[in-house]
Amino acid sequence: MERKIKDSSSRRKFIRKFGLSLGSVAVAGTAMATGDSSSDESGEKVMLLSADGKLVEVDRASIRMAKAETREQIKKSHKGIPDRKFVMVIDLSKCKNARKCVDACQEGHMLPKDHEWIKIQLLQDSELTARYWFPKPCYHCDSPLCVSVCPVGATYKREDGIVLVDNKRCIGCKFCMTACPYSARVFNWKDPGVEVPKDHVYDPELNIPPVEGTVGKCVFCADRLRNNELPRCVKACPMGVIYFGDLNEDAVTNGVETLRFSSLMVDRHGYRHMEELGTMPSVYYLPAVNRMYPVEIGLEDLDESISDRYKPIENKKPAKSEK
Amino acid sequence: MNSDKRSELLRDLTPEIEKTGRSWYVVFGILLLVFITGIYGLIQQIDKGHIVTGMRDNVVWGVYIVNFIFFMGLSYAGALVSGTLHLFKTSWRAPVIRLAELITVISLAIGPFFIFFCVGRLERIPYILAFPRIQSPIVWDVIAILTDVFGAAIFLYVSFIEDFAILRDAENLQIAPWKKKMFRILSLGYTGTPKQKKILTFSRNVMATMIIAIAIIVYSVLAWIFGVTLQPGWHSTIFGPYFVIAAVFSGVGLLIILMAIFRKIYHLEKYITLKHFVNLGIVLFVIAAFFGYFTFSDYLTKWYGSVKMDKILIDKLFTEFRTYFIFANYIGILTPIFIIAIPKLRTIRNITIAAVIALLALWVNRYIIIVPTLETPFIPIQDTRHDWLFYSPTWVEWSLTAAGVAVFGMLFMIVSKLAPIVSISELEEADEKNAE
Repeated sequence: MERKIKDSSSRRKFIRKFGLSLGSVAVAGTAMATGDSSSDESGEKVMLLSADGKLVEVDRASIRMAKAETREQIKKSHKGIPDRKFVMVIDLSKCKNARKCVDACQEGHMLPKDHEWIKIQLLQDSELTARYWFPKPCYHCDSPLCVSVCPVGATYKREDGIVLVDNKRCIGCKFCMTACPYSARVFNWKDPGVEVPKDHVYDPELNIPPVEGTVGKCVFCADRLRNNELPRCVKACPMGVIYFGDLNEDAVTNGVETLRFSSLMVDRHGYRHMEELGTMPSVYYLPAVNRMYPVEIGLEDLDESISDRYKPIENKKPAKSEK
Repeated sequence: MNSDKRSELLRDLTPEIEKTGRSWYVVFGILLLVFITGIYGLIQQIDKGHIVTGMRDNVVWGVYIVNFIFFMGLSYAGALVSGTLHLFKTSWRAPVIRLAELITVISLAIGPFFIFFCVGRLERIPYILAFPRIQSPIVWDVIAILTDVFGAAIFLYVSFIEDFAILRDAENLQIAPWKKKMFRILSLGYTGTPKQKKILTFSRNVMATMIIAIAIIVYSVLAWIFGVTLQPGWHSTIFGPYFVIAAVFSGVGLLIILMAIFRKIYHLEKYITLKHFVNLGIVLFVIAAFFGYFTFSDYLTKWYGSVKMDKILIDKLFTEFRTYFIFANYIGILTPIFIIAIPKLRTIRNITIAAVIALLALWVNRYIIIVPTLETPFIPIQDTRHDWLFYSPTWVEWSLTAAGVAVFGMLFMIVSKLAPIVSISELEEADEKNAE
């Protein structure tokens, strides 16, 4: 890949010189999967002083300043994957609150235990209807209010339909959280205490590490999509509840079976949650009919802190719970 | 204007400008302590994160935002009260207009700080100016508030010029040389020539008109921060005008309270009379009626139908928040109406009490607009943590709230030491008119 930075500005020149003379500051090569093919070499070799004091010769194209790299990564995360329109289908008839999606998501994104980018709710639409398990990621709406209200452009919608948060830009005003009707977003109320390797390059597509005072949410595992891999929750689900795919290809898969999206919508009567709000989610649901398991199975073998969630809420108690 | 009369006015209206009484230091010291406590709270919050507040993932905005809207609302006192009184050349405006303008500028200066406290990353606030997105109502708000702050400050300053000139020319005033110098600079060489008078009157009229318009825009934009979301209770077309009326309500309330306070401590009984209280009381009465009407209209439409989310919200307001609701929307509106409607009850004390109730009720009204809505999201909260389900402010939030009030008091005290709290020039003008 050719260097995009022009040498016209003296400041940039200085930075580059500085980077070249102090090789330990520069990061050679990209540890992250950036989607660049490694054959893109400029042919021009430069000498760098490595961290352990050795002189190494590397291709100029593979040198970037760590900071510039972050900036570039963020810039790339705005672009999205061309010609894609990602869509998720969640089959409510199969979900039994196994919570593997939650665990995989938290692990993959280094989230604190109380941060859930995908939540599993126990819903009941009205008094006489059945209860059902309802996994709720970010809906990556096509008319996202969170994006409209963000004052600094820290959250943005990409051409492939994904809505991301740049936690290096986010000021933490939480307006997006009040604007989102689906409570999809979480706030880092305290230092999450996540340590990352020194050469880690921040990428909103993965959104590691979480930053205190900023907002986080489901990213549809945009980093994995770049490598043609399925999101973590889809892979982790033992029941194959979550299907993921591309609307342009009209296909969705849960890793086991691949189905035609349009016929799935017709045959299984797919719908979007709270369509009347007009946010146009990219997440579709299949109704909880002909269930594979009774709902109660989902309440078994849970930590008390989790199973208590699904009990009816008692009225305001004076006692404050422990933090 | 004879000089005896003027020096009497000067003596009466600027009792603190020559010497500083002990009580001034005592009160200022107490306020300073409250302020320092707030700073300590803020340091805690910056150090440990927003976890020290009562805000959590559902109720992401709490007392800070309530205070923000509340203080911005107070700034209406100046905008609408002084603006309209000035434009309509109301005869009794002279003793109150300066107070109203001061309220405007001081509360406008304090209000935005509560937004800063609410923001997760304080150091990134400049991003709003560096990377603004005009789609966001917050950016509208920033533009509107900045315009308002400058406009209100200019309006206040223009109204001060004549007084600065009077203070500059007052020879027997025993004040520090730096104060003399300050008055000389600030009076911009004003000597009262017909041309200067004309320019000044023109500027004041222009600013008064503009300040009214800007104030309406600011408060509407503030309301739209809530109105543009889909949240039950916020997504309402009435919110713009409703917030404007609420703001005038609190502004007039505060003006009456400050009038009572300054009248008492500076012995201004001669200048601020029952007439002023009754007149402003009637303004409060009219605004209370409007405010009550808007409140009723907003809740009636939500309550009468049976939209699921509206019903959940109304149920919460009528049970868990019942006490707040009754205080804010019944007592807070009906008491001022009742007291002022009956001529026999119109004493200075009663009207001040009505204003205090109105002011407190309006704060609670803001609280029950913000918090219950956030506690009832579309997808029900399923959590075991009590503070995730129900919001209750922590000492950090209260300490910063108190600090805001303390700064308000402190700024007023500082201003009262530097300049007359009642406009001397306006009073003289009014006297001349009466003499004619």
